[in-house]
Amino acid sequence: MQEKNLSFNNFEQCIKCTICTAYCPVVAVNPLYPGPKQAGPDGERLRLKNKFFFDENLKYCMNCKRCEVACPSGVKIADLIHSARRRFSRNIPDLRDRLLANTDLLGKVARPVAPVVNSIVSSKPVKAVMDVMMDIDKARAFPKYQRKGFVRWFKKEAADNQEAYSKKVVFFHGCSTEFQHPEVGKAFVRVMNAIGFGVKLVDEECCGVAMISNGLWNQARRHAEHNTRVFREVVTGEGLPVVAVSSTCAFTMRDEYPDVLDVDNSDVRDSITLAEKFIFEKVDSGEVRLAFKDDYRARIAYHCPCHNEKLGWGIFTKALVGMIPGVSLTILDSHCCGMAGTYGFKKENYKYSQEIGRPLFEQIRSLSPDFVCCECETCKWQIEMSTGYMVLNPIVILAEALDLEATAVANSVR
Amino acid sequence: MRSDTIIIGGGLSSLVCGIKLQKAGQRCLIVSAGQNALHFSSGAFGLLGKLPDGTAVKEPMRSLSFLPEEHPYSKIGVDKMAGYVSETPAFFESCGVRLHSAPIAGEGGFPANGYRLTPLGSLKPAWLAMEDVTLLQSKDNIPWSKALIVNFFGFLDFNSGFIAEGLSRRGVDCRVETVSIGDVENLRKNPTEMRSVGIARVMGKENNWKEFGSKVRKLSAGEDLVILPEVFGLGDPVIIQWLREMIPAEVMFVGTMPPSVPGIRTQMRLKKAFEVAGGTFLSGDTAVNPTVEDGYVTSIHTTNLGSISLDADNYVLASGHLFGKGLESTPSKVVEPVFGLDTDFPSDRKTWCDEDFFARQAYDGYGVVCDGSFRPFIGGKSVRNLFVIGSEVGGCDSLYEGSGAGVAIMTAMSVAGNILSGK
Repeated sequence: MQEKNLSFNNFEQCIKCTICTAYCPVVAVNPLYPGPKQAGPDGERLRLKNKFFFDENLKYCMNCKRCEVACPSGVKIADLIHSARRRFSRNIPDLRDRLLANTDLLGKVARPVAPVVNSIVSSKPVKAVMDVMMDIDKARAFPKYQRKGFVRWFKKEAADNQEAYSKKVVFFHGCSTEFQHPEVGKAFVRVMNAIGFGVKLVDEECCGVAMISNGLWNQARRHAEHNTRVFREVVTGEGLPVVAVSSTCAFTMRDEYPDVLDVDNSDVRDSITLAEKFIFEKVDSGEVRLAFKDDYRARIAYHCPCHNEKLGWGIFTKALVGMIPGVSLTILDSHCCGMAGTYGFKKENYKYSQEIGRPLFEQIRSLSPDFVCCECETCKWQIEMSTGYMVLNPIVILAEALDLEATAVANSVR
Repeated sequence: MRSDTIIIGGGLSSLVCGIKLQKAGQRCLIVSAGQNALHFSSGAFGLLGKLPDGTAVKEPMRSLSFLPEEHPYSKIGVDKMAGYVSETPAFFESCGVRLHSAPIAGEGGFPANGYRLTPLGSLKPAWLAMEDVTLLQSKDNIPWSKALIVNFFGFLDFNSGFIAEGLSRRGVDCRVETVSIGDVENLRKNPTEMRSVGIARVMGKENNWKEFGSKVRKLSAGEDLVILPEVFGLGDPVIIQWLREMIPAEVMFVGTMPPSVPGIRTQMRLKKAFEVAGGTFLSGDTAVNPTVEDGYVTSIHTTNLGSISLDADNYVLASGHLFGKGLESTPSKVVEPVFGLDTDFPSDRKTWCDEDFFARQAYDGYGVVCDGSFRPFIGGKSVRNLFVIGSEVGGCDSLYEGSGAGVAIMTAMSVAGNILSGK
């Protein structure tokens, strides 16, 4: 192999075929974005000569990774773009970007006064002020903060029971489970317990994906180093897997840490997984058996989030949800919803964000499912706001469709 | 994770094979590392344009007997080739891809080659064409005397001057015009990204293609032929039909630099047909670490799925030629990287290529050595449940022969047939 001839981000493998641009959701709607080929490998060649060639319009990249999935030459195009932003951008994140990036801090501040915050940010006058003062688009609906977070529930209701299980997993709940959707975490614990696994929490910090998007590089790196260190203790020390319920958290902690933030996670990367992949592997190997309710009925449309397309793990959700008797499952066309984390909140992106997601919204409306299944919370916010259809994390669907007691018996749990 | 058949590669041959198997009730998994050669398609499929000795072919089915025995078509045999060739248009139609052949059929009702206009203004043989492409009956006679070539202002990937030069040599009087459309002008904010697919997206909007059509109609007064770039109908090729109806002269669409709009449309529709039939398509994933025991492949893995073992009764390798990385060259060898299959290449490295870039290149003819059922060998030992299809198959130089799509479709249909009949 000629490894010595390759740069760390292999831009010289690009053959200029422009296939990446053909699959870029942003370039299709926003003419200000230079497109993945120009922003990635073409620009990198110039930037190596002189940082003067860095273009601040690279910020329009949503980091959906569709360019990398499409590239016939294996170029890490989005990594090129975001590592260039990290190395060369002179843009100093403003208050809005800092607020949006700090999903965990924002959650901690908002939680004690959740009902007030929720009603304030959904009131029209406040939205108008945020629109003008902070460039957060007034048409955007905010996810609702929950007063009682997941961790508090876990400590009070579930933690004591977990010691009884001989097999364990570490649960990376992520910010949205803690602050907005504790039901996802509760569902995770119920399902894991039913299939014979105890759940352990560690001192996690936000995965940092929103910090990467918003250019808070040092902070993102600190989070990456913290999480990787914490995982190292349980992965190499106790041999436990780290299981997430958000595909974006899992993706970021596996691949963005080394590729964009330059944080070495090689000893823990393969142990970071997604709930659906974890459960599927156990079922496929015969270690775990699932017993479903007889009377569960649902017509479900599955939207595979971009980061799960990149991970290549959508097949596990498809397989697991497809196992439920009484479910009719339609796989939606592979299409970005346009939200891309905090991207769709921003006034300058809102219009493009809706335009990117339009084909997906139209397909959902035409199918008229009972609800949509998706592993990503920000896709959920976008789809729920834009279509009115409810979006459920697959683990919530499983918790609902499984006969948990029968499953526990089938797996010889107590 | 279990499938009936696992196909490595996501291009034309892979999708044809996968759709055939899936529709016959098998559970198929396709592992595709990045997009494929359909993205470089001219908009037409070749079956056989030239024999290996350079003789031009008018009717491919009548020329099969002149092919050497190691040629994939010879391995399939004339009778089965006849069946697959006849079946192809209806097969693609059932996947939402409409193909047409030359206006006049050859002997026995089998297609004669038609001729498509190339971006250099020359004519090349083709077997079947997508809706964009017009096939002419003869390569010597262009039935029009005056042509208008229209490009979008600022679009660098469609060289109207080359087409005009080539056609002028054939006695056609050519005129070149450019047209500006507001939304297309918008794309020029990033001139490097003003590419075929971007224009095609913009042209998908009704007001845009109508504005373009009416501008071209005004320009085309008194012309016999109007030549436009292949940048229409990315989502729905009906726009191509509407433009033809709107413009009074004969309208021909000619290929641009990649990516190919008709090629991407075809790829999207075939992939959709595969998934609608229940197949699983892993995008952006690479097959690695196969296990081969006693002449049988028992499992493979992929980069994304890590430790999960993918098992199947049969495996199909459709990962492309050197350009698609289905084959790789080292200073001394041509290797097939997934299984390490035996390949056919001369040991003298100097004979691999001609320094004249435009000359026929020997390496285009290298490929995986296969038996009559397209089963490959490892170290001279046959692998019984692995089949090789598409450009990776040795025994022919499909670039030279103009048989790339033909070999892809024929080998895919043949292998699907063999798998289904349990041979």
